[in-house]
Amino acid sequence: MTSSESGRFRRVGEQDRPRLVFSIDGQPAEGCKGDTLLVAMLTQIRHLRSSEFGDGDRAGFCLMGACQDCWVWTDTGERLRACTTPLAAGMCIATKAPEQAWPTLA
Amino acid sequence: MKPLQADVIVIGGGLMGTAAAFFLRRRGRSVILLERGLVGQQASGVNFGNVRRQGRFLPQLPLANRSREIWGRLRELLGEDAEFLATGHIRVCYDPSQIGVIEAYAQKARDYGLDLELLSANALKARFGFFGPEAIAGSYSPNDGHANPRLAAPAFARAAARAGVEVFENTEIVSIAKPGDDFQATAADGSVFSAPIALVTAGAWGGALSQQFEEPVPLAVHGPQMAVTEPLPYRIRPVIGVSTVIPAEVVYLRQVERGNVVFGGGARGPAFADTRRAYAVPGNLTGQVRQIRRLVPALANMRVIRTWSGIESYLPDDIPIMGPSARLSGLYYAFGFCGHGFQLGPGVGDVMAELIDRGSTTTLIEPFHIKRFATAEAARLVSA
Amino acid sequence: MADPRIVPDPRIVIVGAGPAGVRAAETLVAAGVRPIVIDEGGRDGGQIYRRQPEGFRRSYASLYGSEAGRAEDLHRSFEALRDRIDYRPETLAWGIWEKQLHLLQGSRTSEVDFDALIIASGATDRLMPVRGWNRAGVYSLGAAQLALKSQASAIGSRVVFMGSGPLLYLVAAQYSKAGAKVAAVLDTSSFWLRVKALPRLIARPDVLLKGLALTWKLRRARTEIETGITPVEIEGQPETGVETIRFRTNKGQERTVACDAVALGYHLRPEAQLADLARCEFRFDVQTRQFFPVKDTDGRSSVAGIYLAGDGALTLGADAAEASGHLAALAVLTDLGRQVATRDVGRLRRRLRAFERFRRGIADAFPWPASAAAAFSEDTVVCRCENITAGELRAAVTTGSVELNHAKAFSRVGMGRCQGRYCGHAAAEVIAASAGVSIETVGRIRGQPPVKPFVIGAESDAKEGA
Ligand SMILES: Cc1cc2nc3c(=O)[nH]c(=O)nc-3n(C[C@H](O)[C@H](O)[C@H](O)COP(=O)(O)OP(=O)(O)OC[C@H]3O[C@@H](n4cnc5c(N)ncnc54)[C@H](O)[C@@H]3O)c2cc1C
Ligand SMILES: Cc1cc2nc3c(=O)[nH]c(=O)nc-3n(C[C@H](O)[C@H](O)[C@H](O)COP(=O)(O)OP(=O)(O)OC[C@H]3O[C@@H](n4cnc5c(N)ncnc54)[C@H](O)[C@@H]3O)c2cc1C
Ligand code: FES
Repeated sequence: MTSSESGRFRRVGEQDRPRLVFSIDGQPAEGCKGDTLLVAMLTQIRHLRSSEFGDGDRAGFCLMGACQDCWVWTDTGERLRACTTPLAAGMCIATKAPEQAWPTLA
Repeated sequence: MKPLQADVIVIGGGLMGTAAAFFLRRRGRSVILLERGLVGQQASGVNFGNVRRQGRFLPQLPLANRSREIWGRLRELLGEDAEFLATGHIRVCYDPSQIGVIEAYAQKARDYGLDLELLSANALKARFGFFGPEAIAGSYSPNDGHANPRLAAPAFARAAARAGVEVFENTEIVSIAKPGDDFQATAADGSVFSAPIALVTAGAWGGALSQQFEEPVPLAVHGPQMAVTEPLPYRIRPVIGVSTVIPAEVVYLRQVERGNVVFGGGARGPAFADTRRAYAVPGNLTGQVRQIRRLVPALANMRVIRTWSGIESYLPDDIPIMGPSARLSGLYYAFGFCGHGFQLGPGVGDVMAELIDRGSTTTLIEPFHIKRFATAEAARLVSA
Repeated sequence: MADPRIVPDPRIVIVGAGPAGVRAAETLVAAGVRPIVIDEGGRDGGQIYRRQPEGFRRSYASLYGSEAGRAEDLHRSFEALRDRIDYRPETLAWGIWEKQLHLLQGSRTSEVDFDALIIASGATDRLMPVRGWNRAGVYSLGAAQLALKSQASAIGSRVVFMGSGPLLYLVAAQYSKAGAKVAAVLDTSSFWLRVKALPRLIARPDVLLKGLALTWKLRRARTEIETGITPVEIEGQPETGVETIRFRTNKGQERTVACDAVALGYHLRPEAQLADLARCEFRFDVQTRQFFPVKDTDGRSSVAGIYLAGDGALTLGADAAEASGHLAALAVLTDLGRQVATRDVGRLRRRLRAFERFRRGIADAFPWPASAAAAFSEDTVVCRCENITAGELRAAVTTGSVELNHAKAFSRVGMGRCQGRYCGHAAAEVIAASAGVSIETVGRIRGQPPVKPFVIGAESDAKEGA
């Protein structure tokens, strides 16, 4: 597995699974079949999103669907809870709310 | 035990009671404010936070206008603003037949000094891009807005206390009578408070007190249901509501600056005045979200993280009880606000203080007099 | 549903397909009932016996260690039940109203009516904040274990395990065995408390021995283990996350350990929201300073028709969860007028009593570090979701909020996405310390539907059984 050095998580086994290609903020990324989206993202980058309240980046907390710290966006504006969503090939993930997701007019 | 004495005792520390206590004190009266639990813990603290005038019962507009003026001066009056923001308020409709209704309302509201701007579907789209295609017309009230309900009543209570009002929390009045010149209010712990003037601002529990003076009212309690989403980028400035004759379509929403979208409306849940609990009903949320995404489709992907409800009291004619008692001098009422009392609160406090101080008020409140339930027909309603 | 005997009458719903839920289902099926089994997860097994995704190849032995036999047995039992239960995976039970459970599957909502509901919802980590715990790279202890077990990943390259309780050592040992770097194990409870708790811990000698073996394995792998420590801060940058952890040793010296991830946990707390929404009564447990839903030994809650089993009611561990699931199902059957073997009931009750003695021993040995809350610096974040500090919470106390829900309304602590799951217990401690009142009177965060976030795009199915 070519998990880039900038990732946060380290794979320690089950590395011979088929690869799945997806993207994070427009950058190509790679994960393995059977990964959760959270694990796939965090083997590539060091965060999932930023706190809305200015205290920095967040990378999930409970991994079991309880803390809700790991919600990310798709480029079309859907919300995904990364720790309970299986990675699928071709996913386009955004760590910030994409423009078209939410009205811009005020 | 020697009774505690003042010029006025105010029973109930919601927004009505705290605001009335504050304004009475400004008029030089000594005031005792009695609250069963903590100030602002009931309807006043958990409501939707709409500071909206448009759409109200027209004869209520003078009172609402007076209140709106005070909302704008909260910081100067209280030293804090309860996060009041004059963001504007829009009512939209889905049904062409409703366009006439909002137009007619705008016409008449002008006579009460409320200027509303009518918006076509295109104007809505151009100025407020978040509406769904079903919104075909709207009415915009630029000076309405919203505030944080949790902060409002405590802000009035703090300012009142600073000005000299004696605030007693955790003090439930179990009986009240006027044996002589003074009212005697007895609390659950036996302490007695006495004053020549009593003002009942006990919200959903006001009827239990007016009953003690043989002025029963047909007060029903319900729990309007609220929900809040996860925080989202702050993009929706005005408060939004729907003008419709279909009850299920009546939803409203606002976004707070922190980013959460708060919404409410639709079916109400049960509320229990005796246990002081109101419950959010899961089935009601399912109905609300259907209407919410119709109103603002971009919300469909977003998540509700919490729901709640509160205890509000309603009279059969959907207007409150406000004014002097029909039976006893020195006794005043302001309760039963039928889901619209948050906006009115500061004005109600000011008007009741004026009424008590001057014996009359410059703002029309005659339609809200308790005597409307003293007729035979009303008595029937009470016993039904 | 060819066999007329298994027509779903009465209607019994089980929430949770972990050890408790599976054993409850098995007991009901044996009595000829076809229960509905709801679980948010995609597969059965619950937390401890969580199954790895399809395509993973690790053996039971490598995955579940000494518990491999139990895990395999539970999974087999469930497979044997599949055709005789109405199993609904990936379905969240998000609300309860009267005798109706509200479900969400993807974005579809539905409701099921029940005559009896067995809530076997399990537990989540119990957390005590520390300055910097909101940084990226800090995870719950359970999260660290899940990353390893169900994803074959470590949460970082140098992981510090901090907190207290047997799970701390277990997960650290699992990391070490899997070849991940354990930078240190920092235990807030002192070694002597463990010795003092021995008389109660003897209630489960096998578990006690396994625990001792773990510590020994860690030490043999030259892992640094510090007991009786005081956490000071998880240091790092807002953008890049955790860099070091700072703590005071049991001798009072301040030290730092470099790391890129921290696993934090102090035992578990029950997922009791559904019980709360069903309006079950709760009781305060003095020893662990938290509230548990009231239940009798067999699992009856204070509300007729609502039964509680497993760690969702009382955190007794996996073996007890199996026993209590079995027992709760027997209670349901008894209450519905069926005959049940009293011998089974007596045996299961005796087992649960031994588990309860052990739980008390564990709580003595690895106490909840209540006093840490009083010592939080003003800028320590208590509520991660809303980024609310101890100072802001204390300010609410100063203006009169000495009850947790009131303080929540004024400070926003516990108002965020997790609904107070991770800050609620610590927030109560902050309030109690700051107001000088007992933690019991501060109370607990009241549950509000939805149990977890509910999508506004939800479409409803027609009501079932209507
Ligand atoms: C969920 C919800 C949403 C709402 N949304 C809006 C909105 O958006 N905009 C709007 O304008 N209005 C709204 N309302 C209505 C508004 O909140 C109420 O009309 C208003 O707060 C009423 O204020 P009050 O002071 O009369 O009542 P309350 O706030 O209920 O206060 C009455 C007080 O009296 C005390 N009390 C009662 N009996 C006794 C006794 N015997 N002794 C001592 N104390 C006693 C109670 O403890 C209570 O604190 C909403 C209401 C609810 C419940
Ligand atoms: C992360 C974690 C790691 C643990 N590791 C260990 C360990 O290594 N060793 C050990 O002895 N103990 C461990 N425990 C404790 C162990 O989980 C329990 O003792 C055991 O799993 C309890 O079984 P249960 O059936 O009560 O609950 P669980 O096994 O937790 O099962 C509960 C199930 O209910 C489901 N659920 C909960 N709420 C809902 C809802 N609202 N809607 C739908 N489904 C719902 C969950 O998805 C879950 O599958 C761990 C606990 C946690 C939280
Ligand atoms: S990490 Fe907690 S919900 Fe995903």
